Amino acid sequence: MTTVGIDIGSKYVKIIVLKAEGIVASAKREGGFEQAQVANELLDETLTDKGMSRDDVATFCSTGAGRKVVDFAKETVTEVSAGSRACIELYPDVRTIIDVGAEEGRAIRCNDTGKVEDFAINEKCAAGSGAFTESMARALELSVEELGKISLESSALVPMNAQCAVFAESEVVSLLHANTPKHDIAKAIHDAIASRIVSMTRRVGINMPIALVGGMARNVGFVDSLNRSLEDTVRIPDDPEMISAYGAALIAADRSN
Amino acid sequence: MGKYKTEPLKCWNKAKELREKYYNDYASAHERGGIRWTGGAWSFDAIPYGLGDDVFPLTGEPYAASIAFDKKFSLECLEATESKGWARDLCSYMRNYWGSMYINKFLFGGPYPKPNFGFQDHICCSHAKWYQVVSEHEKFPYFNIDVSVGAYRDVKDNPHKIRYIVDQMHESIEFMEKVTGRTYSDEKLIEAVKNDCRSTSTWAKVCKLNQNRPAPLEEKSMYSLYVFGTLSKAKKEFADFYDELYDEVQDRVARGVVAIEDERCRLMSDTQPPWGFLKIFRYLETFGAISIGSLYTFGLIGNWIYDDEGHFVPRPTPMDLGISIDSRDKALEILAEWTLSRPEWQHFFDPRIKTEMMLSIAKEWKVDGIMLHLNRGCEGLSCGIMQNRNGLTESGIPVMTFEGNMGDEREFDENRTVARIDSFMETLDLQPLATA
Repeated sequence: MTTVGIDIGSKYVKIIVLKAEGIVASAKREGGFEQAQVANELLDETLTDKGMSRDDVATFCSTGAGRKVVDFAKETVTEVSAGSRACIELYPDVRTIIDVGAEEGRAIRCNDTGKVEDFAINEKCAAGSGAFTESMARALELSVEELGKISLESSALVPMNAQCAVFAESEVVSLLHANTPKHDIAKAIHDAIASRIVSMTRRVGINMPIALVGGMARNVGFVDSLNRSLEDTVRIPDDPEMISAYGAALIAADRSN
Repeated sequence: MGKYKTEPLKCWNKAKELREKYYNDYASAHERGGIRWTGGAWSFDAIPYGLGDDVFPLTGEPYAASIAFDKKFSLECLEATESKGWARDLCSYMRNYWGSMYINKFLFGGPYPKPNFGFQDHICCSHAKWYQVVSEHEKFPYFNIDVSVGAYRDVKDNPHKIRYIVDQMHESIEFMEKVTGRTYSDEKLIEAVKNDCRSTSTWAKVCKLNQNRPAPLEEKSMYSLYVFGTLSKAKKEFADFYDELYDEVQDRVARGVVAIEDERCRLMSDTQPPWGFLKIFRYLETFGAISIGSLYTFGLIGNWIYDDEGHFVPRPTPMDLGISIDSRDKALEILAEWTLSRPEWQHFFDPRIKTEMMLSIAKEWKVDGIMLHLNRGCEGLSCGIMQNRNGLTESGIPVMTFEGNMGDEREFDENRTVARIDSFMETLDLQPLATA
C-alpha cells in the first residue's frame, strides 16, 4: 500500500511518499501564494519520478497550516498530531517533541502510540519561530545558515530581553551600534529563542530524550542553545523539516488499515 | 438531522427585550425624573434600589462587552481612549467604556448618558480606578467600597471582616441620600437584597441542569442569559426572568430537548470569551463538542456552595433557610456575606480556590476537556490562570490555552485559534462531524 503525506507549511510544501518498506520519495518546494497549485505539481512530479501515478496511492493525508487548500487529500491531520506520530515511529522512547517551523514553535507531549496528550504553541509573536531568525539574520546581513554557524564561535552571555520580534530587531541594531561582535549577537538571538521554547516546553513537561523537528532543527546555533538550555542533547532526524509530511503519510496508512 | 432533539429557547426573545429595556430605561431615566448611576457588575447593586423604583444602573462590563461585539464602534472607543494617553494593556472593558464616554456616544443611540453618581467596589485594581476616571471626566460624585477582606472561607468565621464592608455600605447609603436628596427606603433595600439572592441562586440552579447529558444549554447562549446578573442582580424583573428560565430549562430536560443535536464531547471554558469572536463556540459544534459552561458563566453571578457530601450545588437563599431580613443592617450584612461567597469573588483572592471549583465542575458536569482563554484584557480574572492549568492537567483533564482579549479584537487571532482548536479536537479523538 502506498500513502502520501503532504505538509502545506507557511513557507514550503513538503511531500513524502510512503510504502510498507519505508519512504520511497520526498520532495520540498516553496509554496508562495499558490500553495494548491504547487502541491499538485510537486505531487505529480514526485510520483512520476518514481514511475507512479495518483491511482497508485491508497490515501492522501494533508497537514500544516494550509492543509485544507488541497482537494485531493481526503484525510487531514494537524501538524501537532502528524509530528507526534512521526517522532514515535523514529524514536519510540521519545515522549516530548519540540517542533519549530517558520511560523510557529510547538511543544508536544505524547504517549507510546504517538497520541498527543498535551501541547503548547507559541503565542502570537513570532519570537519563538524560524521567521524570527530570518529577520535577525537580515539585521546582521547574514544568511540564516551563517547566523547559526557563527554563533558557535561565541562564548559570551549577551542578554536579549525583547519578547517581540520587532523589538528584538531594534535590540540587535543597538548591540551592533555598541560594537558587540556579530557572533555574540548571533548566540544571544539563539539563546533567546531557546529560552522561550524551553519555557513553553516546561508547560507540557520535559521528559528526556526530546526530539527536535521542524526547519529550525537545521540551525546549528539554535540547536546548541537549546541543548545548553535543556542540559541535554536533543535528537534530530535526518530531514527534520519533513517530519510533519512523514507523520501525515503514516497516519494515512494507519487510517487505511 | 442530528442524534438529539433541539429547539430554540422560548424565553429568548423576552431576554432580548429585557436587555434592550434595561439600556433604554437607563438612557431615558432623567426624562421621567429618575436617577442614573454607574458602576461595575460587581457592585452591590441592591443598595441604590433603596432610593426608589425609578433608579437605573449602567454596569460597565456588560456595556463594554456589547461594545466589543460591535467591532467598528469598539475600535472607535479603544482608539479614543488611547488618544487620551491610556495604555493599551489596561482592562479592555474599561477602555471600551471610557472610549464611549470620550466620544460621547452611547452604543444604543444618542450621547453617553451621564450618571447622577458612581457606585463601585475595589474587587480589582481596574474597578477601583475605572469609575474614578469617569466621575472626574463627567463631574459626578462617586463612592467606592473596599472589599479587601480575603477569601470567603477565611471571612465567614470572622464577623468583623463582614462588618468592615457593612459599615461602608451604611456610609454609602448616607452618600446616596446626600447626592440625590432622596429619603432612603429600607423596605425597598430588603426587597432588592432578596431579589439579589433569588436571582443568583436561581441562575446557579439553571446551570446545574447542564449536568444532564446531553446538555440543555450551550455556553454561547448562556452568555446572553447570565448577563442579567451582571446588569442588575437585585432587579425584580431579572429575578423573575431567571425563575421563568429555570422552569423552561427544567421542561427541556424533561422532554429531552438539548442544546446541540450531536453532543459527543463536553468542554468547559474559562473567563470572559473574546466577545467579538463567539463563533468559535459554533466551530466547536462542528466536531460535536459543546461548551457546557465555566466557572465564569456559572459563578460570576450564580452562587454556589459545597454540600455535606462535597458536591458543588446552588446555594440556598436566606429565604429558603427561613432567615428573616427585617432591618437595614441585617439586609446589608446578608448582602455582604452572600456576595463574598460567590465563586468568582472567592477565587479573586486565591487561584487555588478557583482550581478546586473548576475541578468540581469538570467532575460533576462530566467534562472531557477544558479551554482556557489567556485573556489579555482582564488582569483580574486571568491572574493565576496558568496555575489553574497546572492543577487541571495534573488531574488528567486535557487542557488547551488560547490567547485573546475579551474586548479588544486586535489581540485575537481567529485563524490561529481555530488551528489550535483543531489540534485540541484531535487530542480528544474528535473529527469534524461531516467526516466522522
